[in-house]
Order: sequence, then C-alpha cells, then structure tokens
Amino acid sequence: MGSAMTTAMRRHPSFVAGCGLVGLWLAAVLLSLAWTPYPPTEIDVPNRLLLPSAAHWLGTDSLGRDIASLLIVGARTSLLVGVAAVGLGALLGTAIGVLGAARRGWLDALLMRVADFGFAFPALLTALMLAALAGPGAATAVAAIAVFNTAVFARISRSAAGAVWSRDFVLAARACGRGRWQVTVDHVLPNIAAPLIVQATIQFAVAILAEAALSYLGLGVRPPQPSWGRMLNEAQEMMFQAPQLALYPGVAIALAVLGLNLVGDGLRDLLDPRLVRER
Amino acid sequence: MFLIRRGAAFVATLLAASALIFAVLALLPGSAVDVRLETGATPEAAAALAQQLGLDQPPLVRYGRWLRGLASGDLGRSVAYDAPIAELLAERLLVTVPLALIAMALTVVFALALGVFAASRHRRLGDAGVMALSQLGMAVPNFWLAILLIGVFAVGLQWFPAGGFDGWQDDPAAALRSLLLPAIALAAVQVAILARVTRSAVLEVMREDFVRSARAQGLGRRAVLWRHVLRNALVPVLTVMGLQFANLLTGAIVVEKVFALPGLGLLVFQAIANRDLAVVQNVVMLFAGAVIAINFAVDLLLVAVDPRLKAVHR
Amino acid sequence: MAGPLLQVRGLRVSLPSARGPVDAVRGIDLDLARGRTLGLIGESGCGKSMTALALMGLLPDAARASGSIRFDGQELVGLDDAAMCRLRGRRIAMVFQEPMTALDPLQPLWRTVSQPLRIHRGLDARSARAEAQRLLDRVQLPQAAQRLDARPHQLSGGQRQRVMIAAALACGPELLIADEPTTALDATLQREILALIGTLVTDSGMALLLISHDLDLMARSVERVMVMYGGTVVEEGPGAQVLAAPAHPYTRGLVGARPRLGAARGARLATIPGRVPALGDWPAGCPFADRCGWVVDACRAGMPAPVGVGVDRAARCIRLTSAHTPDSR
Repeated sequence: MGSAMTTAMRRHPSFVAGCGLVGLWLAAVLLSLAWTPYPPTEIDVPNRLLLPSAAHWLGTDSLGRDIASLLIVGARTSLLVGVAAVGLGALLGTAIGVLGAARRGWLDALLMRVADFGFAFPALLTALMLAALAGPGAATAVAAIAVFNTAVFARISRSAAGAVWSRDFVLAARACGRGRWQVTVDHVLPNIAAPLIVQATIQFAVAILAEAALSYLGLGVRPPQPSWGRMLNEAQEMMFQAPQLALYPGVAIALAVLGLNLVGDGLRDLLDPRLVRER
Repeated sequence: MFLIRRGAAFVATLLAASALIFAVLALLPGSAVDVRLETGATPEAAAALAQQLGLDQPPLVRYGRWLRGLASGDLGRSVAYDAPIAELLAERLLVTVPLALIAMALTVVFALALGVFAASRHRRLGDAGVMALSQLGMAVPNFWLAILLIGVFAVGLQWFPAGGFDGWQDDPAAALRSLLLPAIALAAVQVAILARVTRSAVLEVMREDFVRSARAQGLGRRAVLWRHVLRNALVPVLTVMGLQFANLLTGAIVVEKVFALPGLGLLVFQAIANRDLAVVQNVVMLFAGAVIAINFAVDLLLVAVDPRLKAVHR
Repeated sequence: MAGPLLQVRGLRVSLPSARGPVDAVRGIDLDLARGRTLGLIGESGCGKSMTALALMGLLPDAARASGSIRFDGQELVGLDDAAMCRLRGRRIAMVFQEPMTALDPLQPLWRTVSQPLRIHRGLDARSARAEAQRLLDRVQLPQAAQRLDARPHQLSGGQRQRVMIAAALACGPELLIADEPTTALDATLQREILALIGTLVTDSGMALLLISHDLDLMARSVERVMVMYGGTVVEEGPGAQVLAAPAHPYTRGLVGARPRLGAARGARLATIPGRVPALGDWPAGCPFADRCGWVVDACRAGMPAPVGVGVDRAARCIRLTSAHTPDSR
C-alpha cells in the first residue's frame, strides 16, 4: 500500500507541486505566529513606497508598512477564514445530506429543497445582506461563505451517501438488524469521506477567492488586520505611483488557490476507489 | 405538465428567496428609522417617523406591500438619493446588464472553442497547454486580473479608459470600450472553468458507441463533431453554465468596483454605507431573482436539448 | 464483374501496448463474392472484431493495419479518410453489437435512419422522412409511422437493433458487416433479428459478413465459416460441414463443448483446457499449441500453413498432413 502511494505520487507531479505551494502557505502562517520581519501594522510614513531592498524584502506600501510582513500575516487571515467557513459549511451540509440519505421521504425532500436554496445566494450576496445589517468583519465573511458551502456539501454528501445506502453490504447490515444511525456511522461516513475531502479542498480554494473579494470590497476583515484582498484595494489606489504594489498580494492569492486546486485534483485521483480498499 | 411543475417550483423558490431577504433586511433591528433620525431625537419622534414610513404595520402586511411593489414597479424611495428606487435600478441596469451579456458572450465563444480544441488535441501539447492555462485562470482572482488589465492596457498602452462610464447617449462606441476590459476580466475565470467542462464532456461523448455508428454511416470527423458530439456534450456544459451564472453576477459587482462603473454594484455599496436598507433589499432581490430565473431557464433548455431529462426529479 | 467483391490478403492489425506494438490480427486471407455469406467464429480476443473494424477503416487511432483489403478492386488499406467516408454507409455498411448505446440519444429515429441518405444522396428533410418510414417498415419495426419522431430511449433493445439495421441498409450497400448483432438480445429476439437479416440479404443480393461466437447461430445463417483463434483463421469451409465434422483441434473443442439436450445424467460438460492468452502472449508457432491435446514439438516451429481437408475446406494444423498423422495422442 505504501509503495503504491509513492508510485502514484510520482505519476502526479502537479499534485506534488500543489502540496509544495500549500506547504509554503502553511509555513508562512506558522512563521507569522512567532515572528515577522516587521510588525505588519507599524506605520512608517517617511519610508513609504520603497522598492524591494535588503531591509524590506518586498518594499513598503503607501503607509510605510512592510509588505512582506503584511503578506505573511495576511496568509493567516485567509487560512482562518477559509478553515472556519468551509469547516462550518462542511459540518452543517454533511449533516443535512447524510440525514436526508438515511431518512428519505418527506424529510429528505425538504432538506434538499432548503439546501438547494443556498445555491441562489452566493457568498457576495449573503455578505451584502449581512454587512448591511451588522457591518463588515471576519464574522460576516465567514458566515457568508459558509452559507453557500452548506448547500454544496449538502448536495455532495447526499448523493455520495445515497450511493452507499444502495450498496449490497449496507443491505446486508440492515438485514442483520443494524439501525440507521449505526449504519451511517459504520459504513456511510467512512465511505463518503474521500469525495468530501476532495470537495473540501476545492471549496477551500473558492473560499480564499471569496474572502479576497470581500476584503477588497471592504466587507471582510476590518483594518488593521491585514488581508490580501484589502492590500489589493490599497494597491489600486496607488496604481499610477507604484504599480508594483498590485503584484504581490495577487500572486499570493493565485499561488494559494492554485496550490489548493492542484492538491484537490490530485486527491481526487489518488483517492479513486480503484486504488483504495473497501471499508 | 412538466412545465407546470417546474414553473410552480420556480415561483415557489422566488417567493422563498424574497421572504428570506425581507426577513433579514426589513424585520431585523437596525432599521431605516434610526438612519434618518437626528441624534437625541425623542421616542415620540421615532414612532411618528416609523408610522410615516409604514414601519409600524405587522410584518406580513409590509411583506405583502413589498411584493405588490415588486410586481407593479413601485419600490419606494431611496433614503440616500431621495429618488424612486425603481428609477435608480433601471439606470444602473443599463450598465450591469450589457456588461454581463458581453462577458457571457465572450465566455461562451472562447470556452467552447478552447474546450473543443483541447479535446481534439487530447494527449498532445495543445490539450496540456489549455489545461495549464485553465488552472491559472481559475486561480487568479478576477478583480486582480482587472487591476492588471488596467495597469497594462489603460495606464500603460492607453488603449482603454482606466475606469468610469459616460453613458450610452453621447458616444455608444466609447461606452462599449469602457465595458470591454471589465467584460474580459469577468469572462476569464468563467472561460477557464467552462473550457475544462467542455473538454471533458466532448472527450466523454467521443468515446460513446453512437459516434462510431455515425462514422460507419460515412460521416466525416468534423461532421460527427458538429452533428452528434456537441449536442450531446451540451448537457453537462449548460448545467455548469447555469451554476456559474451566480458567480458571473457576483463577479460583475466586484469588477464594477474596480472600474468604477456606475452599475448595480456601486449602488449597493453606497447603499450599505448609507444604511439605505430599502435599496439593498431590492438589489439583492434582483440578483437572487436573476440567479433563480437563469437556473429555471437552463432547466428548460436542458430538457429541450435532452428530453430524457424530463423524468428526472430534482 | 470479375473478381470477388471483397478480397483480403495478409491483413495484420497491430495495437500499442505497454510492451510495444502487439498484433491483434496476424495475417488473415479472406474472399467474399457478391451475394454470398461468410461467418467469422471465435471467442473474445481472437481478433474478429478488429478484422471487421479494419475493413471499415474504423480502427482506433493508435492501431495500424497492414496487408491488403480490396473492395471491388479498390485498395482500402492506407486509403484516406475522405475516400473511406464515401464508401461507408453507401457501399459497405456495419451493424454493431450493443443496440442500447449505438444510437444518438438526442436524435429522432427518422434522422438516424435516413442519415446515410442525407450524407451520400443529399436528400432533403421531407424525402428523408418518407424514406425513413419505408426503411423502418422494411425492418418490421411496429408502428413505424408513429415512431418517426421518437428517440432511442423510448425503444427496446430489439427495436433499436432493427433501427440500426434499417440505417445500415438505407443506401443499399453491397456488403453488410454484422458484428455480433444479436449477442446482446434475448434468445427469441435473436432468431427474429437473424431471420430478418437473412431475408434482407437474400432480397437485396448483398454480401454478408457475420461475426459471432455462437456456433449454432452460424450454422443456420451463413454458407461459409472461418474459425478464428489467436488472430488467425485456423479453419474454414462450408458452415454445415465444418460444424458437423470439424478438422482443427480448436474447432473440435468448440463443437464438443456445446451442451447437448438428452445427455446422460451426471455427464460432465466438455471444456477446452487452459484459457485464451492475453494479447501479445501468443505461443511461438501454432497459437493453439498450449491448449491442444494433439500438440507435438513440430507444432511450435512456426505458424502452420493451411492444409486442405476435403472440398473447399482448409485448416491450419500440421497433424492433419500425412507427415504428422498421429499413431498415438
């Protein structure tokens, strides 16, 4: 089993590249907890708009803040919002989908209608409503992204769980007198784990983009907490004087999303049921 | 019969969406009253204002009034602009709708072309190239691409304006020019996603037996593509296009901000800043309604393309 | 017209594999005159479907055909696709094995059936529709007139196969290739569809190349058979004779393995020991050597040449020549 995994990995260079990118991102986050080149919120106006140098590896922004530090701490923001939003959505959505698959009947139909409803409200729309009510902030961003994620996970888990329920070994378990809850825990959950993990990775990538867009629009995390999206907003204002500012946060976002997409695609291939044993 | 069932579901979803939006924005605290009152106003003044705005009515009545307004076109007045909301929306739609349409047209043309091209060059360089580009396209935030486009084409080469929109009246050509870069920024991500879907759908269909049957009848490769493969590949492609429409709309909001286009996006942001909840409510309803309507249209289109889908219950 | 309608000499088809190119078809010679019927019998993996696809020029892109295929004097191997398209559906037609997936699910029946006419004779929609009905009546599709606008999913397997046959016959081809046309259907339907094909072939004077693994079916349907194993023809001759008195050990095994009504209780079913080797794993010499009860060392020396076994019959087995007639097994 181990060597099969290694050969599979060697045949998927893009997966490895994706893991590298995500690893880089996680390393930046871990680093940010202990040390950053400069305090990211330290304003130093005399030193504004400096080009990259030994002192400031990526230069400084319009208020003299060190860009490298902003990027590293911004990585943390993206990660936290992403994990929270996708985690919440996955938990709720999977609960709904699995419940529907187990109970069937009117409950199933109702739950699916409710979940489908979430598809009409993409993250930005929900964020607009929430921001109008409660103002922008991390909570708004997480809640807005989570709503859409719930719908996605509800649908995916429902169809994956439904497929497991129709398998022969589940019929056998039921014939032995196993209750629905037990079947769900013993058989359904382990067997839908793979597609859910793949979907979670992809949704994570989507969440990063959504968080960036929300911060860009001013609906996400509030200043002074750094965020890649808001950095792009500020960079745009400095477009004529310092066009290079727009480069770094955008590259950071693109690399993080690319990494996650590659990992998700790779996982989808690696976790293909033909390679993994039945549970 | 099928149409009635789907039509009923469509209306039901619209109503449900409107109920949710109304519940969130009109019933929860932080209402329009507080916005308009001066600080230190008395509770009596607040109550009087509430009555004037019709906010003291029971929720169902207010909801009914709003629904009737949606149907008749009377959406009340905007607090911040002091103008009928319907007028404001109509004005802004003249920017957002053409933007979305141009982006959709660009998306369809390029995604289908690239997808079919990649499928025809399967396992060769062309396919790998398109897939790599598509990965990049999906990873790049559309507003960053917009900023980069401005940097290169507007500030650098000065071929297009860096933002703003002067209206259709005086110079339609210039108006179109201001919408082109935003449309490209919007379309890029959509093309990346849709080209992938098209490519895999085409590859799947090409493996089917009926393609071989058509060849056995004497149909050339290109004719097989147009007559059999594309139609059969259309189902998954249309499905994804429908799902992506929501992203197109939200993308439009963001891109409008980047280019400072006076569309629905900017309107709703200003409304949020001004706590002009009525405007937010109606704009959100408009967007949600558009998403639901497009999904309904796609459903109908899918059944028209593949009548087998009539039996599938969603 | 002098010469046979179809003349194949030394046909080889190679497919790429992990170990390099392997031959799925290893040298086939075949003659089929106008209006005559020929059957190719063999198990899966013997190369019969590849042969049929090679004749139509519909091999997978990675496959390579070599040798000679002459259709009415025209060489088909190496012919460009455009010229091949002019032959397909018009002069050579093919019916495939799986009716459930062989028709475009989004196309109404009249379009599918009349498509060859629209391609090769430029028929307009109205005439095509009328012709489609006539063709569907000819294949005895019930309620053809009402079904013109139906889609394949509204038909059963047997009905879809009739539609495929109708489409194949639309332009009146001179050669019909039927690759296991009834294998996917149940027994009663098999007889009906084969009878239909038989009638249509006789009425129109087409030549028929029928491919199947079913011996009894072959015996009833074609004049001449060729038994295939290991990518070559191991025995050929008039159908009834080959099946009544098989010469090649493989054919003997096939004939002997058929379950018989009235066999003694407790009698075991005869089988051919071993299994068909995977593509490319053919033994040196005679492909059947590893499984044959009459094998001698000389069998592995090289591919046996065809040996005459009576009038118009041949088999590739050195044990059939006087030099190797067995005294003992």
